[in-house]
Amino acid sequence: MVEHSRSRYQYIDNFLNKPGPTTDPDFVPGAPTISNLEASKVLVIGAGGLGCEILKNLAMSGFRDIHVIDMDTIDVSNLNRQFLFRKDDVGKSKAEVAAASVTSRCKNVRITPFNGKIQDKDEEFYMQFKIIICGLDSIEARRWINATLVSMVDMENPESLKPLVDGGTEGFKGQARVILPTLTSCIECQLDMHAPRAAVPLCTLATIPRQPEHCIEWAKIIAWEEHRKDTALDTDDPEHITWLYDKSLNRAKEFNIPGVTYQLTQGVVKNIIPAIASTNAIIAAACCNEAFKIATSCNPYLTNYMMYTGDDSIYTYTFEHEQKPDCPVCGNLAKTITVNPRHTLQDFIESLGERPEAQLKKPTLRTESTSLYFQSPPSLEKQTRPNLSKQLSELVSDGEEIGVSDPAFTIDFKFKLIFQT
Amino acid sequence: MTARPLTPPPLQGPTAKEKKYDRQLRLWAASGQQALEDAHVLLLNGGSPGVVGVETLKNLILPGIGSYTIVDGNVVAEKDLGINFFLTDHSLGKSRADETCKYLTELNPDVQGYPVQKSLRDFLGSAIPSDAPDRLSSLTNPNALDKYSLVLFVASKQNYPLLRLVSSYCAAKALPLFYLHSLGLFSHFSTQLPDPFPIVDTHPDPTSTQDLRLLDPWPELQAFAKSKTENLNTLSNHDHGHVPYLLLLLRFLTDWRESHDGNPPSEYREKKEFKSLVESKARTDNPEGGEENFDEAAAAVLKSLNKPSLPSGLRQVLEDPSSKQLQQDSANFWLIANAIQKFHQKHGSLPLPGALPDMKAQSQDYIQLQNIYKAKSRRDIEEVTNSLRSTEADLKRQTPVEAKEIESFCKGAAFVKLIKGQPLPVYAPNAKAPPTSLQNILDDEDSLLPIFLAFQAYDHWLHENSNTTPQTDPSAPFSSSSSSSSEEAKPPLEALKQSATQTIDLNAAGDGPQINADDIMPRIEPILAEFVRAAGAELHNISALTGGMVAQEVIKVLTKQYIPIDNTCVFDGIASKSAVFRL
Ligand SMILES: [Zn+2]
Repeated sequence: MVEHSRSRYQYIDNFLNKPGPTTDPDFVPGAPTISNLEASKVLVIGAGGLGCEILKNLAMSGFRDIHVIDMDTIDVSNLNRQFLFRKDDVGKSKAEVAAASVTSRCKNVRITPFNGKIQDKDEEFYMQFKIIICGLDSIEARRWINATLVSMVDMENPESLKPLVDGGTEGFKGQARVILPTLTSCIECQLDMHAPRAAVPLCTLATIPRQPEHCIEWAKIIAWEEHRKDTALDTDDPEHITWLYDKSLNRAKEFNIPGVTYQLTQGVVKNIIPAIASTNAIIAAACCNEAFKIATSCNPYLTNYMMYTGDDSIYTYTFEHEQKPDCPVCGNLAKTITVNPRHTLQDFIESLGERPEAQLKKPTLRTESTSLYFQSPPSLEKQTRPNLSKQLSELVSDGEEIGVSDPAFTIDFKFKLIFQT
Repeated sequence: MTARPLTPPPLQGPTAKEKKYDRQLRLWAASGQQALEDAHVLLLNGGSPGVVGVETLKNLILPGIGSYTIVDGNVVAEKDLGINFFLTDHSLGKSRADETCKYLTELNPDVQGYPVQKSLRDFLGSAIPSDAPDRLSSLTNPNALDKYSLVLFVASKQNYPLLRLVSSYCAAKALPLFYLHSLGLFSHFSTQLPDPFPIVDTHPDPTSTQDLRLLDPWPELQAFAKSKTENLNTLSNHDHGHVPYLLLLLRFLTDWRESHDGNPPSEYREKKEFKSLVESKARTDNPEGGEENFDEAAAAVLKSLNKPSLPSGLRQVLEDPSSKQLQQDSANFWLIANAIQKFHQKHGSLPLPGALPDMKAQSQDYIQLQNIYKAKSRRDIEEVTNSLRSTEADLKRQTPVEAKEIESFCKGAAFVKLIKGQPLPVYAPNAKAPPTSLQNILDDEDSLLPIFLAFQAYDHWLHENSNTTPQTDPSAPFSSSSSSSSEEAKPPLEALKQSATQTIDLNAAGDGPQINADDIMPRIEPILAEFVRAAGAELHNISALTGGMVAQEVIKVLTKQYIPIDNTCVFDGIASKSAVFRL
């Protein structure tokens, strides 16, 4: 019910009081739609660059019951774009400061923060929301929430289907997508569009470095292990970065490689992705515009992917990404994967971390009948370890299906291994 | 291009400023940051509610623009609070310029904000004659805008004469001008850049073709290739697998030329043949069953064995009269362009950029190869510099062009871009603008040009009815033409359609095929209906999104890095699509 004064929402109300030419016929103009919007409980995952923008946009679009979840604390390098934070907030919880900042500005909007991991919450928690909006920089977290939302869908209960609006940025580029779990292409279906950067082979780092990045990776992976094995590397600790920088610089000198700087060291070690306020503004607003259209039915929403590129003029590509029948999350067929039968199981496991369609870092593998390799418990790990040095052809047959699980995900992945030499 | 070092490597770690701006310095480096910090952006925000301008500023204040000024004569109304984040309940009834400035300035203590509570008319000078709105002398103070680096003009009522005035002024002073309009689920913005507006640091995609000169190697490179490949067959497996692929290609090209009258593989079929030849030379009897460097060589054949040609963007620069006819006061850009033109005329190629992609190789070989490329690049730059210096002497120029500027032009020459700035393509009564191909709309059913025409029609209507906004009648569905008996209740949709017909007729009045407004109207009408639905106002998301796009463009223009739009962008918030037109 619309019980309070809505005079501040005059612009939104004007718009919701009438249908437009492309509005869904089921749209009910005026009060019913407006109270629906007010009652829509939305969850924002991430209170960083995108999250700050998303919270502001939702508050300025008539949403009044917003929840936000983030496990991070504020760092000084966030301040160039995460505009709800000030210098004095450095070190505090992002979710809590962001929520307080928006509610102090918009008195009639309630924002409920949760300072923690999305994995800490169960299905019951996610079930209470109408829409979930993701502004994350971690592919792993996106895949987790995606799999969770897909598994929550109960065909008997339409309320169990939670639209997921997802945004991501890198430099002048970004993308916004709308996912209706089980009905449309999901994050996992689209995984190969967000391929991880290829890792440099260890032998290059160890024996034939050519680029400044090779020297930095060497310092991080090899020198640290050799000299400071007992200290966990903390990429936020300036002393650790300085140490790696010195080591990289010396190695670069030894091989006459130019270009190692402190900034580059930090970038490589932390895998820093450039981020600016304006790109976050574009992508967050695109996501919230979709959430607004979904919540009000005022116009059709995005089906289902918009890509934005701003470094050379402005270019958007909007298209419908197709659902994949072999998607491990929303499909039911095993995903075909070609392998060299002469490669060892160890090689294969390493490749699973890098293959764009898998991106699994700690996989446990089994066939229908046997265990190939278990990451844990230690007893099973020990028992299956000898398989690591065996060739794939000794362990599986051409075309055989294997099951893969990974502690980062709740679901099992099915791969069909096709031999190719 | 990869990230460039900012400053000499800091021994004590980065400065406070480098820490705060780390994520953006990786995009535009210290030089771009300095350009932002030197800038003063003027926002002419007569718009109601004007959120698109405020959101643009937010995205410029965060990365640390030097200063900004907001000109806005309005006072804060309650409806502003529901759409403008940079106001609070305490702002009610106060100056909107003061209040937004107060909350925007909180975002970054390094940025200076100046509010001006004046109408645009008062700010620009009260004596604007309506018969000659573009006469610069009509500004009370003809230098009123001199201290600004860039002007943002938000669409508002009665904006036509003022916009005309500002547009002429900015053109005369070579000041970049943006015109922004956000309405319901649609937005539009146009830029007026100085003519010419050259960009050297375009940040081309790192995967775009690199100039490696494989078909035209210089003696040092050829000699190095020979020394590393003449005993290819007797090399150990390890050495054979680590010969840099560039040297392999040079070697096999030499072999090929011997059997092809000295010619390299040119057409596609020959290149495929050459590729197979390269592949056949790889050793497969080793433990790996193949060689990575040979894979790299084969993969590069189609991409890297091309005769150097002058990229169209650079050609445009070199052929521009400003590059050919230098004056004593020509911009540095043209002096360098002129020297590069001479270099190209003499050698048939551009100065070598000198960058080398990573490739499978022993460290020492790779570094040696890299040095051969760098040395050649330095020699080419030196030649360009010498020719430029003698031109400077001929022209009796006082200040020499900085070596750094010459170097970055030489290294990025293939990707240099020139934008010919032109007047804003916005509504002008009785003007036959813009020279758009309306036919384009009829030919392409997905064209977003109707959005621009709808905005043009809306501006036209605003100009003629500057005392009202389209009123919505909640009882009337959008499509019905009102049958109300009241004379003044002429449906705004009909009025907007009439404006649209007029603007289309104006646009179509040029040469070319005859376009009937009735053919295009069905594409424009749904957009106008959405404008009417929004009752002339913004929706926060669309203004926030547009403010992000405009801020990206402002950053590109101020830093002269990356490539800005030329010159009009529209966004469709229903379909989530944008398009850029040169109008
Ligand atoms: Zn899927």
